[in-house]
Amino acid sequence: MTPELGHFALILALCVSLVQGTLPLLGAQYARREWIVLARPAAQATFLLMLASFGALAWSFYANDFSVQYVAEHSNSQLPTVYRFGAVWGGHEGSLLLWVFMLSGWSVAVAFFSRTLDETMVARVIAVLGLVMTGLLLFILFTSNPFNRLIPAAENGRDLNPLLQDPGLVFHPPMLYMGYVGFAVAFAFAIAALLSGRLDAAWARWSRPWTTGAWIFLTLGIALGSWWAYYELGWGGWWFWDPVENASFMPWLLGTALLHSLAVTEKRGSFKSWTVLLAIGAFSLSLLGTFLVRSGVLTSVHAFATDPRRGIFILILLVLVVGASLTLFAWRAPKVALGGAFGLISRESMLLTGNVLLVVACASVLLGTLYPLIIDALKLGKISVGPPYFNAVFVPVMTPVLFLLAAVPLARWKHTDIKEIALRMWIPGALALIAGALVPIAMGGWTVLTGLGVALSIWVAASGVIQVVRRVRSSMPPASFWAMHLGHFGVAVFVFGVTMVGGYQEEQDVRMEPGDTVSVGGYQFKMIEVKDVPGPNYSAAQGAFEVSRNGKVSQVLQPEKRNYFSSTMPMTEAAIDAGFTRDVYVSLGEPLEGKAWAVRVYYKPFVDWIWGGCLLMALGGVFAITDRRYRLRVKAASTVPTEVAAGLKGATP
Amino acid sequence: MKRWKKRAAIIGGGLVAVGIAAALVLNALNSNIALYVTPSEVFAGKAPKSQAFRIGGLVKEGSLRRDNLTVHFVVTDMVKDIPVAYTGILPDLFKEGKGAVVQVKQAESGEYVATEVLAKHDENYMPPEAKDALDKAQKSQGANKS
Repeated sequence: MTPELGHFALILALCVSLVQGTLPLLGAQYARREWIVLARPAAQATFLLMLASFGALAWSFYANDFSVQYVAEHSNSQLPTVYRFGAVWGGHEGSLLLWVFMLSGWSVAVAFFSRTLDETMVARVIAVLGLVMTGLLLFILFTSNPFNRLIPAAENGRDLNPLLQDPGLVFHPPMLYMGYVGFAVAFAFAIAALLSGRLDAAWARWSRPWTTGAWIFLTLGIALGSWWAYYELGWGGWWFWDPVENASFMPWLLGTALLHSLAVTEKRGSFKSWTVLLAIGAFSLSLLGTFLVRSGVLTSVHAFATDPRRGIFILILLVLVVGASLTLFAWRAPKVALGGAFGLISRESMLLTGNVLLVVACASVLLGTLYPLIIDALKLGKISVGPPYFNAVFVPVMTPVLFLLAAVPLARWKHTDIKEIALRMWIPGALALIAGALVPIAMGGWTVLTGLGVALSIWVAASGVIQVVRRVRSSMPPASFWAMHLGHFGVAVFVFGVTMVGGYQEEQDVRMEPGDTVSVGGYQFKMIEVKDVPGPNYSAAQGAFEVSRNGKVSQVLQPEKRNYFSSTMPMTEAAIDAGFTRDVYVSLGEPLEGKAWAVRVYYKPFVDWIWGGCLLMALGGVFAITDRRYRLRVKAASTVPTEVAAGLKGATP
Repeated sequence: MKRWKKRAAIIGGGLVAVGIAAALVLNALNSNIALYVTPSEVFAGKAPKSQAFRIGGLVKEGSLRRDNLTVHFVVTDMVKDIPVAYTGILPDLFKEGKGAVVQVKQAESGEYVATEVLAKHDENYMPPEAKDALDKAQKSQGANKS
């Protein structure tokens, strides 16, 4: 019964979202108030219906209802309860349901937090979100219904893919989807602004916290995914330039560009068309990401068995979204007034350069990701593009971005003097050169890449610290100041981690028997034994490795090789001793003859700085949202009529 | 600065940047492409001689042999067999009778040396390239019989 209720709620949600997507839009166009005011209640209704639908699926998982096909394919009665909940989005159908559920959540949040916004604008934003939701609900109901019954019911479920039975999975997809879907809000704001012709500073200010919110979730989602791959896949890498990783990284690159371009639009009124294009681009890439992951057109470590019909449906949706929004852009953009002019060397021009470089980086990732598809479609054969391509393109494109990043906060709007910046940047510059020369030598060998990486990260970090110290001396800066510097400091930490891991990690695949010792990165690993241990829904071979340095034993690492009862595939659980300056990492390969095992041992210097940097960036985003000026608006607007308040907002810098 | 000078500087700078980016991208793309070939195509001499390439197919049942850390196995499209050697730890999902994609270079002894064996998340998943190889081989066999 519960699954049918969920299915019914889903169909009702489609009907309501259709209303949400059309009437408020028409109402805004023809100034019919009774249609405009429908937006908020419609958004609330869709959210409640999606909540019911999602809850019904979660309940089916909790109750082990194996008469539901999706549950039978992704769960098992032996599966621990936590993972039964995580399994709700462990497959295609459920993760799409989560996607739409989150979209309805974002629209209800817009409805709730935008009480002070112009009513017509809100109606348009919610309506655009409603249209997107309609498209995806049609997709779910026609190609991937999670509530399909299995008759006769299965005795037991096929179990969740063992790789996904991990705390990382419980959080990684929801975070990532919150980011993907959050860009729909930025997109909806852009479309609403195009429709109304009100592309002004006020629009940028409304749009900013939402975009930042989506960006925070996407940053955390990508970082979590990378961390999960690092410890769960047993390969010890943190980024593989895999098509699916690229699919999440491309919206992030454009989203980062969008954040900065929105700042210019809010403060100076420039870059309006550019900002709108970025908002359209970021959301389109989010949809493209969903298409790439779900269509199975690309060979990827993430590719799950898929149905080609689904790919075509998302592709049509993608073409509709991109086509319609670009047409609208071409029609309305020429009417957009130009913002303030700016000099050749100014904060605007520097931000624009950074923006363009981010877009170029995104385009090169897109090319590398889609190139095999294009070649295949042209019947020129099947090819793959390897990670070296991405590294070769990415480093030279991002180097000037990092170089500019340190200096932009010092530049003035409209026009800035290069000498003035140079005068204030010589200390970080000198520090960067010294560190770039010495740190790699101390680590055991200087190369161009490690020298460059260290120099750039010190350049960014040192200039940030100096600027903060100077600023704090005069008065307490606003949250947005801290946000910028925290985010940029996160980038520096991230770059440092990547440089160290890339330049100085050590890896060995060896054959080991109990009693054998192998030395990696100055640590000795002694294999003590491998014994069998039982788990709740698997049995495992568990190794014990004594880790020592200079004769002192620091820890015993226990990697596992698990065999889940419900599947024939073994699972590697790596054992990691994480530390501030290094990780040591042991994972079991296959058993060889006798008591010997193939063993993989890693030494990874500063690897945790990679994710630490991402956390700092996300934290910067949180600070940005809490900036007082977003809250001040609420107070001001509650006493002043909307139009007047909007005018005031436009006028203040 | 004059307005047209500023414009020219912006446009010129933009063009130079785009040119450099395009050069970088094309150069990197050219040197990092691996072609997919089927075992039958490798047999027919269609594999690139100097560049690494990828073979898709099934891991032949009973062909897996271990020699310390080096693993020898056969990738087949059910028509032609290609012997492959790989040193290192295989991904969890590598199994006899299942689909696999290997990136290889030819070694002197006639055996192909794999530098990478691709892993998948899902045990029921068949890499499209492996499936493609099987389909192609089946078709050509059917054509020979008729």
